[in-house]
Amino acid sequence: MNWKNNSTLRAGVVMILGILFFFGLGAIIPTLFNAYVFTIVMYAGINVTAAVSLNLVTGITGQFSMGHAGFMSVGAYAAAFLTTVILPTAEIPPALVPLVFAGSLFFGGIVAAILGLVVGLPSLRLRGDYLAIVTLGFGEIIRVVILNVETIGGARGLPGIPQWTSFGWVYSVAFLAVLTVRRLLASSHGRAFLAVREDEIAAEAMGVNTTRYKVLAFIIGAFFAGVSGGLFGHFLTYLNPATFDFNRSFEIIIMIVLGGLGSTTGAVAAALFLTFLREALRPLQEITQLDFRMIIYSGLLIVLMLTRPNGFLGTKELTDFGFFRRFKGLRQ
Amino acid sequence: MNSGTSNLSALSQPILEFRNVNVHYGAIHALKGVSLKVETGKIVTLVGANGAGKSTTLRAISGLLKPSSGDVLFRGQSIAGQRTDRIVALGISQAPEGRGIFANMTVAENLELGAYLRKDKEEIENDRAHVFELFPRVKERLWQSAGTLSGGEQQMLAIGRALMARPSLLLLDEPSLGLAPQIIERIFEIIVKVNRSGTTVLLVEQNALLAMEIAHYALVLETGKVVAEGPSVELSRSPEIRKAYLGED
Repeated sequence: MNWKNNSTLRAGVVMILGILFFFGLGAIIPTLFNAYVFTIVMYAGINVTAAVSLNLVTGITGQFSMGHAGFMSVGAYAAAFLTTVILPTAEIPPALVPLVFAGSLFFGGIVAAILGLVVGLPSLRLRGDYLAIVTLGFGEIIRVVILNVETIGGARGLPGIPQWTSFGWVYSVAFLAVLTVRRLLASSHGRAFLAVREDEIAAEAMGVNTTRYKVLAFIIGAFFAGVSGGLFGHFLTYLNPATFDFNRSFEIIIMIVLGGLGSTTGAVAAALFLTFLREALRPLQEITQLDFRMIIYSGLLIVLMLTRPNGFLGTKELTDFGFFRRFKGLRQ
Repeated sequence: MNSGTSNLSALSQPILEFRNVNVHYGAIHALKGVSLKVETGKIVTLVGANGAGKSTTLRAISGLLKPSSGDVLFRGQSIAGQRTDRIVALGISQAPEGRGIFANMTVAENLELGAYLRKDKEEIENDRAHVFELFPRVKERLWQSAGTLSGGEQQMLAIGRALMARPSLLLLDEPSLGLAPQIIERIFEIIVKVNRSGTTVLLVEQNALLAMEIAHYALVLETGKVVAEGPSVELSRSPEIRKAYLGED
């Protein structure tokens, strides 16, 4: 058997095993925790996907995007539009639900990806702060547009979304996002993304088609953000445009900066850590009647930037450390 | 890419030619009808003060800038306005001004990116060995992150990286910038070596005296125009040139 040498086949096997593992785990997890803790576990997984996808755009390709929540929102609404407004969800036989759900999530991802292309295009001309402002504006435009579209609830929000998102779905998608980014970086063109981040002019002088990689990063990043939005909607069963304001975008940015821009491991770790931290801080908020969360967040960022200017992990990955080093070869 | 036969047939033809090239940065007219020829197999230098249009000329060749009018010919074929990756694939690579190395990547990864458009793995390995021969220091630092190299080493890496594309025309933008005199001398020796092994070099320099020492032909740019040109031996003897550009009274 030469499956060890065929990287596409191997990635496929890893993917299927991973999905089986997370769905298997999904049968146990809800019985271990109460509903409150389980909810946090789910949000943490959704945030992992959002952070890993933003990390591809901002951390790996170096395009500072402040509108990631906008992509989540588009994906969430597009998927929920299918399952709530278009399809007669109540009449779908249970056996077909996973298929319909997968299709809706995919649809949400595609719609977000198309918008990723639209936002990616100005990134060809804009850099740094200017791109950040454009993406910030984009996120707000999305929110205001949704606020004014009555068919998807407008300002009242969109209720009655079927609760199809399970632990298995959330963590399988997160796993797929991680796997996709890893495969992308390990591919023959993987270094091109990093070269764009390091020095765009030099990358172009080497013959890297910088346009292509910037737009590609935006499209893939937006796709996974859209899917994570779809998962979010089908877990909460209700969507509100205010959920995806720029504070949400900043939360994801904080996750990837804290984890270390460019490190997928860092993005995963920080997404999990910050989601749990936010909940751990709730008692404090109840006692003092003040929302300390953002203060702690900002304090944490300041401390981190002073002590570890490149984030928790810098650009390092899990496979750069001790025991896990042996899996590094799997990237190629 | 550059087989022996095509080199022979191209002997009479300049490898690169500018025909009345104009470049604008918005309202600023940076190149005003520049015409020039780079003969195959030579080192040609472009000298001039700050803002004369030297780097603009290089960018117009490499496709980072599009000329507003005029034509840029490479081996007799127009390349003006083409995409940079196409131009690199044709055989023009450059070490950009300020070196432009990928600081957070290893030296090895930098070299790998130099050969980004190539698929011939064995030949790439040969070229890497050739770069190591030219720059033993680059080999010593192979697994170090490129940002930790000294200025001279970074310049060597930038040139080595450009050579990894196996160019027939190598563009060098101010390789002496910010370097100590002995290191500049070593880099210039290596430029001559690269040229002797068959690569045509277009060298942009503010250090006109040094550049003319190793170049076969020199052009003097002033506010976007070619004001003097000729074999560098003759040009460097001309009293006006010595006075204006070589800092002599």
